[in-house]
Amino acid sequence: MTMTETEARDLVVREIRRIVPDAEFEDLAPDADLRRTFELDSLDFLGFVEMLAKDAAIRIDEEDYPELATMTSCQRLLSSRTATPPTS
Amino acid sequence: MSDFTMPSLGADMESGTLLEWLKRPGQPVHRGEALAVVDTDKAAIEIESFQDGVLDTVLVEPGTRVAVGTPLATLRAAGEPATRTPVAAVPAPAGHPHRPHPPGPPLRHHAAELGVRLEDVTGTGPGGEVTRHDVEAAAARATEREAVPSDGYRPRVSPYARRLAGELGVDLAGVTGTGPGGAVRAEDVRAIAPEPATTTPATTPSRAPSSDRAVVAARMSRSKREIPHYYVGTTVDLHALTTWLTRTNRERSVADRIVPAAALLRATALAARRMPQLNGFWTDDAFVPGDGVHLGVAVSVRKGALVAPALHGADDLALPDLMHALRDLVQRARAGRLTRTELTEPTLTVTDLGDQGVEEVIGVIQPPQVALVGIGRVVERPWAVDGLLGVRPVVRVTLSGDHRATDGYTGARFLATVDELLQRPEEL
Repeated sequence: MTMTETEARDLVVREIRRIVPDAEFEDLAPDADLRRTFELDSLDFLGFVEMLAKDAAIRIDEEDYPELATMTSCQRLLSSRTATPPTS
Repeated sequence: MSDFTMPSLGADMESGTLLEWLKRPGQPVHRGEALAVVDTDKAAIEIESFQDGVLDTVLVEPGTRVAVGTPLATLRAAGEPATRTPVAAVPAPAGHPHRPHPPGPPLRHHAAELGVRLEDVTGTGPGGEVTRHDVEAAAARATEREAVPSDGYRPRVSPYARRLAGELGVDLAGVTGTGPGGAVRAEDVRAIAPEPATTTPATTPSRAPSSDRAVVAARMSRSKREIPHYYVGTTVDLHALTTWLTRTNRERSVADRIVPAAALLRATALAARRMPQLNGFWTDDAFVPGDGVHLGVAVSVRKGALVAPALHGADDLALPDLMHALRDLVQRARAGRLTRTELTEPTLTVTDLGDQGVEEVIGVIQPPQVALVGIGRVVERPWAVDGLLGVRPVVRVTLSGDHRATDGYTGARFLATVDELLQRPEEL
């Protein structure tokens, strides 16, 4: 099932709050850098990727990390990776 | 019978707050087993027993701040008769009135409010009586059991919430988290904080807001006063490492992926093993080598606060194991669950500020250690290789050394060794 924008956002919010429990998303600009905004170090970010991949049941490689930079790019990645492949 | 005392968990620690008893009177205690949790202004630390025996009498109640060396409890050898009357050497602090056994109505009321069955609560007070703290701890544990996600990733109290709780005098054990998975957020702490004008309950002595800084100030002043520092630095080409990591990480599950920071720690640990004169302590005008390479890893735990717990035996951990140990250590540091050994044993500290965006850090040695390694950010830079210019990922590595223990020559050889090791990542 393709993930909607809202579902993708909710998932990103949930995973980041596992690491930063009081992270505020209300004023977060869609193109703000998530790692810088929430002060995620490389271990935090790995934890974020790990849980995101697990909960969305998708594969995320290191080459995909640049696409996890902002909320918008995360949503884009999640929706494209969860898209149902066209049945032939 | 022997005393279990408030330990010194650092050269500059003068007192600590007993947060929690992990054993109750009458329970057997084994050497090395955690007995209590103590707050040192920097982190909550589990304190281990130095001997086998039985916890006899608890002398200090949770929430009490006492000086280093103060007896916290007495331990008796197995077989030794128990003390009949509780030794009330330390009067219960205000806000912890001595409650009779069985629990009085206020405590029963409090337990009912928190949904705790008193029959299920183990008392840690004198004579095994149930204290208010026991009830709150039981409630917190119940919440925690529900809250901990099955994946084990559980920083349950945000650093800000933890600091706020200290400043407002709020006992975190009594806070119900409303964050995801029951995580305690700053607003949860504010919600149960007492009104400013009313009398603050003395159950948890409030942390002086500046005490974190005071600890750092004392330690760093001592370092700069006593240690004649020298500094060396080099830029290391990480092309081989990043290429190797990209290739091997592709075959690893996300949970097993290795970050460059872990490889840099591994190379540092191996270099420290080869150059033991940089790995240890300056004590009584002489160098004492460490009993193994226990790398202190600087971790930010609260806004502005740092702890540098030890990655134990880092030179004996293969890179994937070191990566797991590092993740575990950082998570526990942030959740406030470090052991006494981890806080006191580092033989060489590494501070990695790469994630903060700086290219170089030239650090101040943590006395009584004799060196500190600084790691900057991995950046892409024009780099000449075999007479040709290319773009390479590089990192700035520095070493601050204690000139009483070693000379710049040793520091230079150390960094050259780190560089060499990083050129052969498959051997790390």
